[in-house]
Amino acid sequence: MRRAVLVAGLVALLSACTQAPVADDSLYQALGGRPGITRIVEGMLLNVARDPRIVQHFRNVDPERLRSKLVEKFCVESGGPCTYTGDTMAEAHKGQQISPAEFNALVENLMASMDSQGVPTPVQNRLLARLAAERGEVIRK
Amino acid sequence: MKRFANVLLGVALTLSVPAFADEAGRQGRLLATGGASSIDGAAGGGLTPWAMIAGYGDEGQVGVTVFATRVQLPDYRLDVAGAAVGYGNRVELSVARNRFDLGSLVHTLSLPENTLSQDVLGAKVRLFGDLIYDRLPQVSLGLEYKHQRDFLIPSLVGARRDEDVEGYLAASRLFMGGAFGYNLLVNAGLRYSRANELGLLGFGGDRRTSRSLLKEWAVAVLLNPRWAVGLEYREKPDNLSFAGESDWADLFIGWFPTKHVSVVLAYARLGEIATLDNQNGTYLSIQGGF
Repeated sequence: MRRAVLVAGLVALLSACTQAPVADDSLYQALGGRPGITRIVEGMLLNVARDPRIVQHFRNVDPERLRSKLVEKFCVESGGPCTYTGDTMAEAHKGQQISPAEFNALVENLMASMDSQGVPTPVQNRLLARLAAERGEVIRK
Repeated sequence: MKRFANVLLGVALTLSVPAFADEAGRQGRLLATGGASSIDGAAGGGLTPWAMIAGYGDEGQVGVTVFATRVQLPDYRLDVAGAAVGYGNRVELSVARNRFDLGSLVHTLSLPENTLSQDVLGAKVRLFGDLIYDRLPQVSLGLEYKHQRDFLIPSLVGARRDEDVEGYLAASRLFMGGAFGYNLLVNAGLRYSRANELGLLGFGGDRRTSRSLLKEWAVAVLLNPRWAVGLEYREKPDNLSFAGESDWADLFIGWFPTKHVSVVLAYARLGEIATLDNQNGTYLSIQGGF
């Protein structure tokens, strides 16, 4: 009897392990899903277009492609059901010599966009923390 | 009072200078990461310096801050004015004048002077790490040269020197979402000093002539990038036998509407100062930056 319980327990444990982990999409939902993320990205890019500190880095970029890749990127980072099909962060910024100040300028444009979309501060912080972790692959490349 | 008003006017004029802010190549760090101006002039909280470098200059950029602070206590008043310059988010130089009004004590003890003043020259260097990014917290080393300007009273109560150098090590880190989703700033510092009441009562005394290791810490929660509330603590030595010297603490609220101006209001709990106890009052500081 005891052995049967042990075996049953092991089977349960193994089957739990083989199942794919349930993705936490709470951040994705808090950002308003794909429509919310699209508005945040568009707002950020409009801010960038008016920002003399960093606009030069975006002059030779296809804005439509940039928008869709950024939406995918934010979607994936927030745990949403998307696939990122763009270049890696390091590839995308290669040769641009992004400075720490320019990186922060983009962060400010993103924060301003989220502010105007009414995204609560704790939700903003979660997304910013995910993106801040990739700063090393963006600056000084 | 008039002098303080002049300082405030100076700060206000500085703020009205056409904004350099949004020009490329200036103020590249994020809002509030320059901190406030501490009473010794170095960037930090109010009562203690923290590890951040003054202003908002990032790599290759210069940041400048000017500030005025008043601490109104039941029997005394402390006025501070000063400035700091930071370069490259790496080094900081600061200067501050502290003026301590002895208030009613002048008459009760028939004191020869009614104020105590000192000058503080500070240098701070970021050793490694970053306040927000990188793996390690931002760790900075600071040195302060202090010169007490009215040494008669301090010498009468047993202080040994009218000038001294002290050092501190500070570590600061912003934990993103660290306080129930809100950003949490933590600072811990260690100071090596023998300053009596910051140095206003000189350095070293009849009870102890050598420096002590003193702990300093602070925590702040950023309700959003513009508003911070927090607590701060500063351990102090007790070198003079004529009166006890209390550790200091405060509960503050900081407002950072832009990178050009910040205001800090606090309830400061300064305890016993020069025989008078319960010196707990209001701390107000305004900072201009460009």
